[in-house]
Amino acid sequence: MGRDVNSPSKFKPGDRVTVKFEDRPGHLRTPWYIRGKSGWIERVYGQFRNPESLAFGRDGLPKKTLYLVAFNQSDVWGRTSEPKDKVLVDIYEHWLESSVGEGTSS
Amino acid sequence: MTRGHHDIGGVPGAGPIDQSEHSLSDWEILADAVNQALGARGVKRTDEMRRAREEMDSTAYRDMTYYERWIASIEAILIEKKIITKEEIDRKLAEFETKWGET
Amino acid sequence: MNEVANPEHGHDHPKHELSHYAKRIYAIRDLLIEKGVITEKDIQCQIEYQEARSPANGAQLVARAWVDPEFKARLIADPKSACAELGIDASAINEFVVLENTEQLRHMVVCTLCSCYPRPILGRPPDWYKSFNYRQRAVVDPRGVMREFGLNPGDDVEVRVHDSTADIRYLVLPLRPKGTENWSEADLAKLVTRDSLIGVMDPLDAISE
Repeated sequence: MGRDVNSPSKFKPGDRVTVKFEDRPGHLRTPWYIRGKSGWIERVYGQFRNPESLAFGRDGLPKKTLYLVAFNQSDVWGRTSEPKDKVLVDIYEHWLESSVGEGTSS
Repeated sequence: MTRGHHDIGGVPGAGPIDQSEHSLSDWEILADAVNQALGARGVKRTDEMRRAREEMDSTAYRDMTYYERWIASIEAILIEKKIITKEEIDRKLAEFETKWGET
Repeated sequence: MNEVANPEHGHDHPKHELSHYAKRIYAIRDLLIEKGVITEKDIQCQIEYQEARSPANGAQLVARAWVDPEFKARLIADPKSACAELGIDASAINEFVVLENTEQLRHMVVCTLCSCYPRPILGRPPDWYKSFNYRQRAVVDPRGVMREFGLNPGDDVEVRVHDSTADIRYLVLPLRPKGTENWSEADLAKLVTRDSLIGVMDPLDAISE
């Protein structure tokens, strides 16, 4: 029962976050192009079984909080054209850390 | 650090999007249905199938068509779970090929 | 010896000409049935389930949202319930989010890691959505992709690309074309193409009938 109890999510909408630069073997659903990039929490989607564990026949518990994280295209690809454009990725909490004062939302 | 062959967002060198479509062959419809049936029966999870495709040979990944990759991952996961062996598939296929060759 | 009972589907090569894996699915299927892992009926049910799903479902949702602002609000707040209202079975989707386009905002959906797509509503994705070129380019060059599909957002428009990396499935709610006031839902639905639900293009113009 304890594993399914909703623990408070670490981040809330508006929080600035950076995607960890981790790499390890296994089934990872955080795309390469977004690792190390900084953006902000757009939505908190709630808790889901961890696909990294499900992919190997395990139960995916404890559940992880999933977030919609938004990034300025210019921050991801280093361009200054199309300053309004964004890329948004669904990322699990264990891939995110707080960032302070990096990038600006337009 | 190594980037998976499936993890291709932003990889340069991609060309125009080919907007042509093909209607599915019988074998593709069958692959789709077998995949969904195995999921509905709880035999395998989508996450396992994705992982199997990520573990494929990278050249094969690029060369195979979409449903060929599905079939390869169905086979890999069924063998991994000891539901079927490669030898059983080979033997059954040999029976089919004999029959198909005769028609 | 069992054959897939769908002679009306697609073009078929003689089976001895099929590629390595194409042939193997027939063997795998027979073995799974022999071993009682799945049944013939399971396969037929899945084929029928898939054939029953198409972009028409998405078009129906959008057309209703265009004519009924309260339905639109419900569609955005709780898409699965809104589907159920219209008799669309979205139960197989874990979580479902509707992305509303405006004059200043266009959304586009991709799955760079594989090809996740809202299949329970829209059916199978188009070949181009699953292609390496789309998966590579959508996140880095969405405007270039849109141009190929005939959509050219201006500098004042924000383009948001969603990479559906988890269990959330995305559907774009496109902008209602101008000049469609007083149109019936059925006629409006005809303007809502599958590709406008993915976001690479806007719906058809009112004059394009």
